[in-house]
Amino acid sequence: MSHSSAATVSEKSVWDGGSSPMGASYGKLMMWFFLLSDAFTFSGLLITYGLVRSSHPAFEGLPEAFTFSTEYWPVPEKVFEAVPFLHGITLPLVFVGIMTFILIMSSVTMVLAVEAGHRMDRKAVEKWMLWTIIGGITFLSCQAWEWTHFIVGTDTPTMVKDFVNGQWITKEVTGASLKINQYGPQPFADFFFFITGFHGFHVFSGVMFNFLIYYNTVTGVYDRRGHYEMVEKVGLYWHFVDLVWVFVFTFFYLV
Amino acid sequence: MAHHSNEPQITVLPPDKEKIKKLWTVAGILGAVTAVEFIIAFTMHHGAAKTSLFVILTIVKAGYIVGEFMHLRYEVKVLFWAILIPTLFIIWMLVAFVYEGMQLPVF
Repeated sequence: MSHSSAATVSEKSVWDGGSSPMGASYGKLMMWFFLLSDAFTFSGLLITYGLVRSSHPAFEGLPEAFTFSTEYWPVPEKVFEAVPFLHGITLPLVFVGIMTFILIMSSVTMVLAVEAGHRMDRKAVEKWMLWTIIGGITFLSCQAWEWTHFIVGTDTPTMVKDFVNGQWITKEVTGASLKINQYGPQPFADFFFFITGFHGFHVFSGVMFNFLIYYNTVTGVYDRRGHYEMVEKVGLYWHFVDLVWVFVFTFFYLV
Repeated sequence: MAHHSNEPQITVLPPDKEKIKKLWTVAGILGAVTAVEFIIAFTMHHGAAKTSLFVILTIVKAGYIVGEFMHLRYEVKVLFWAILIPTLFIIWMLVAFVYEGMQLPVF
């Protein structure tokens, strides 16, 4: 389909699809509308998070006095304060900040690949796509560590009320799962897994797409096709993943 | 394969220095705004002012990503609005969820 040259298209009249009123190809338009629908999905998740959070009591004391309890919603910067290889050192949100930086950088390398594609510069597209893939894999690795840390938990356990065999008992809990959670009310852990997990899966898919684009670039598919528009389309998806992270960073980690 | 007779002639254009410089500037802005968010996170007291500041800075970042990186600012106006106007429904979603949420029993 994309092999059809510009000459055959221009022979058609306007109402036969001879021109594109939005100045973009079918594939690019559909990517935009897919991303729009995906934005609604993520908005649904984040808005629900905000609602459930506001229906729980907030921690009222001084930040220094904060301890984990299922009685109130946790302060995110007290939950996410660990950095790999620096066990026991309190560095609130530093690791998430590094992850944000990695994703922004991979967005830059992606847009540089798109720019190189416009110039039909195969070598440069290869280089920047490879950097984008590396950025994506690094982000996913960071997230794997973050999840592991969240699931394993802190050194000191929290007393959590649990419903076992028809009665309420209080027990020591470290870490979190979809069933029990040391950091605060159960929905906090559930939302963490769902929101960062859903985003992480988008990143994973993005890395797969990026690899496909890289492979096609190396094998000269786009040179033969005469344009690098696929880099642009997948680029849109990749930037969207970065965009979602910006919102997750604010509404899950900062607020 | 490179000597194949049907191989198209490809002219590689030189890099657009100005465009690339602009992209790095946008990256710098995104990094700087994130840094500002970090400073706010640890210096301001929790409250409505802090939250609204975060929301504003997030929208600024989103604007740069969608406008510059995703190139939407330079697309045809029809496409620009076709993407932007439906996002108003997200605000509707927020209002609807909050309204419904007020009817929910507290956990």
